[in-house]
Amino acid sequence: MLDSKIPAGKLEEKWVDYKGHCKLVNPANKRKMEVIIVGTGLAGASAAAAMGELGYKVKAFCFQDSPRRAHSIAAQGGINAAKNYQNDGDSVFRLFYDTIKGGDYRAREANVHRLAEVSANIIDQCVAQGVPFAREYGGLLSNRSFGGTQVQRTFYAAGQTGQQLLIGAYQALERQVALGNVTMYSRHEMLDVVKIDGKAKGIIARNLITGELEKHFGHAVLLCTGGYGNVFYLSTNAMGSNVTAAWKAHKQGAYFANPCFTQIHPTCIPVSGDHQSKLTLMSESLRNDGRIWVPKTKGEPRKSIDIPEEERDYYLERRYPAFGNLVPRDVASRAAKERCDAGYGVGTSKQAVYLDFAAAIERYGKIEVSKQGLKDVTAEHIIAMGKEVVKEKYGNLFDMYAKITGENPYEVPMRIYPAVHYTMGGLWVDYELQTNVQGLYALGEANFSDHGANRLGASALMQGLADGYFVAPYTVGNNLADEIYNAAIPTTHPAFEAAAKAVADRIASLKNINGKQSVESFHKRLGKIIWDKCGMARNKEGLTQAIAEVQALKKEFWSDVRVPGEINEYNPELDKANRVADFIELGELMCIDALNREESCGGHFREEYQTPEGEALRDDENFMYVAAWENKGDHEWQLHKEELKYDVIKPSQRNYK
Amino acid sequence: MAHNNLNLKLKVWRQKNANTTGAFVKYDVNDISDEMSFLEMLDVLNEKLIVTGEEPIAFDHDCREGICGMCSLYIDGKPHGPWQANTTCQLHMRAFKDGDTITIEPWRSNAFPIVKDLTVDRGAFDRIIQAGGYISVNTGNAVDGNSLPIEKAKADASFAAAMCIGCGACVAACKNSSAMLFLSAKVSHLALLPQGEPERKSRVLNMVAQMDKEGFGSCTNTGACEAACPKEISIANIARLNKEYLGASLTAE
Repeated sequence: MLDSKIPAGKLEEKWVDYKGHCKLVNPANKRKMEVIIVGTGLAGASAAAAMGELGYKVKAFCFQDSPRRAHSIAAQGGINAAKNYQNDGDSVFRLFYDTIKGGDYRAREANVHRLAEVSANIIDQCVAQGVPFAREYGGLLSNRSFGGTQVQRTFYAAGQTGQQLLIGAYQALERQVALGNVTMYSRHEMLDVVKIDGKAKGIIARNLITGELEKHFGHAVLLCTGGYGNVFYLSTNAMGSNVTAAWKAHKQGAYFANPCFTQIHPTCIPVSGDHQSKLTLMSESLRNDGRIWVPKTKGEPRKSIDIPEEERDYYLERRYPAFGNLVPRDVASRAAKERCDAGYGVGTSKQAVYLDFAAAIERYGKIEVSKQGLKDVTAEHIIAMGKEVVKEKYGNLFDMYAKITGENPYEVPMRIYPAVHYTMGGLWVDYELQTNVQGLYALGEANFSDHGANRLGASALMQGLADGYFVAPYTVGNNLADEIYNAAIPTTHPAFEAAAKAVADRIASLKNINGKQSVESFHKRLGKIIWDKCGMARNKEGLTQAIAEVQALKKEFWSDVRVPGEINEYNPELDKANRVADFIELGELMCIDALNREESCGGHFREEYQTPEGEALRDDENFMYVAAWENKGDHEWQLHKEELKYDVIKPSQRNYK
Repeated sequence: MAHNNLNLKLKVWRQKNANTTGAFVKYDVNDISDEMSFLEMLDVLNEKLIVTGEEPIAFDHDCREGICGMCSLYIDGKPHGPWQANTTCQLHMRAFKDGDTITIEPWRSNAFPIVKDLTVDRGAFDRIIQAGGYISVNTGNAVDGNSLPIEKAKADASFAAAMCIGCGACVAACKNSSAMLFLSAKVSHLALLPQGEPERKSRVLNMVAQMDKEGFGSCTNTGACEAACPKEISIANIARLNKEYLGASLTAE
């Protein structure tokens, strides 16, 4: 059994006690301690800024041309915080409870409670930085609802919350760059972790402009490199989002936890053809106001707006009256798949359902009429006013939809379908966010710790900033306090030389294959295997086949991939080859994990394990554990278990009815 | 939706690196669905180039949903192509007709040196932010978020400026390669909020100084930047910037 080092004491006192007793590093020593941070999304940028402010010597890395581009920027809907500004019964406990329940009782109580505790600080910090959150006319912060909760605790900035939060963190980071506390390495990709005496002591990074391999020492290495959704090829992730840094850490001994826990988001723009390179999310916040439906008739030939109200099946409202359109993502996604598989899907592909704003537009129009005290208003005028309100709330999302599909969502319902969006699994970390490799940490989506088997909407931004601003600065410091006796190790140390050579050899062998197929074509084939057999529904037979198929794909990749260009130059195809090679290995582990977990929970739905109503059927007796996998060589992994103990919440079957 | 296939001719700027001269190279791309995005059309071309042993075209892109600001491209003489309020990654092939010739160039500005083909270095923007594009508040010092009410109109105006994605289209559109729209968006975002007040003067002075150092040109108010901006950042921000700059210059100690 793995030890997650959860402090003793009452749940609500653990973090307070930890902070009161953890070791500190004095300011003079902080200046001598070097910290490497890989990735500059919400977790990485906030950690780099916060650690820089404390006085550590920080080196931050990102593969994009600027830290401001990390994919946190694309998060749309919002960030949760237990502020209870709405006086609707919210509290730290309730946010904690909703998150544990939403995660289908596969997350750690202590971590999640800490997350809920610091959530309020995040909002305060962001406001102080000048993040322009949405406000009410009285000048105070506005909230909206998200899935899996019955309170309004989501703070937002139109449909660009991630952008505004990341720019806040990016500006804090650039301030530290200007002050000389952080050195920024853009267009750099981490290609290995360097270990000395079993501890992480640095990284090998490739300068993506020159192709040069660089050796960087750090007393601690923090991986804030996001999730691995792009293993599916098609996902809402950015094109460059990848698992490479986390996977290299895994190959160096860090356990990879719950890799099969992936989140399929219910409201994305459907696939339009084979050429598709990525999928675009339509924010969960749209489910505040949009109603999801399919026709009651199979193969309905009429256009959406010609189908009368009584012939529409608002299946989420029908199946889950208490939460309606705001059920958690895994539940909403499966319900959409169920309707489409049963033949009720819409659009040319029949793999889509409607997300309809007509009712909301009318409702908002009427509110405007009464607010402005208007009399004798025509129906058209009401609709026009309603559209204006909807435009203010979701304008950028509606525009995005119109550009991609060529349809006007103010006039006709959106067509949506589930798509890969987030990965709950990730590097195994203890309470301090440290992996089982000493000195190596994982923050944000890159770790596994807070969302169990399903993440609630608006909680990813919360976790990224919680880890970076408020958790890592304490927990990393606690361990660095023991490192003050250890001077920086020169990168001429044989461990650095050996690691750099191994990376160079691998790049050379990729380049020298000189085969016939592009990296992209392999990535597409991998994605199809994983989506078909380890996607929204999984079964033993499919997963067993998928493992064999991925193994065969790996062999083919390493004998027939074509990487054009040179090694020592800007070469995006080479970058991609490095990443896809790692995705293929991860794909195998995901299927192994999904096969091992003989239960359904959250986003992991094994067809063999479901209730008569088709809901996920957990097996708490046998699977209430974190599956942490240790790499033992090619195609070989050993399972380690971390038992999940629920001291405060009593696990039950999730009920959103 | 029904879709059509297009056959197109491309003229693409190819340049090995910053130290070599570049040239236009012509390519034919056929059977392009008008449902594809512009970058997916380039993906199709690159796939063809790779399997035939040629070097694919390098271009920057990441989120492909119009928010990260990584994509660029000067398409038929317009930054981000023909659609208004749009990024290249959101441009779809519906915008073109069968038989069209499309010219694709990188951003053109001395302050954005070419890395390869269509990829440029926009590090200058980060350095402008480093000069003062932030509020100096260390983590953990914040008071309750609602202790500072902000007039909704001001918060909205600040947000409208903060929407800038830092893509550089404004610079590429400007005949002088001025970065004034980018800079003014950041200055406005922070100057419109009470949190930005303490550093208001030093911020604008330092950021303008850094912009000049980076080699961006002057603003002559042609408005080309506003027309090209994918996020419709208003040129009124430049007026605000000038006011802020003048006020700060006159009252600086």
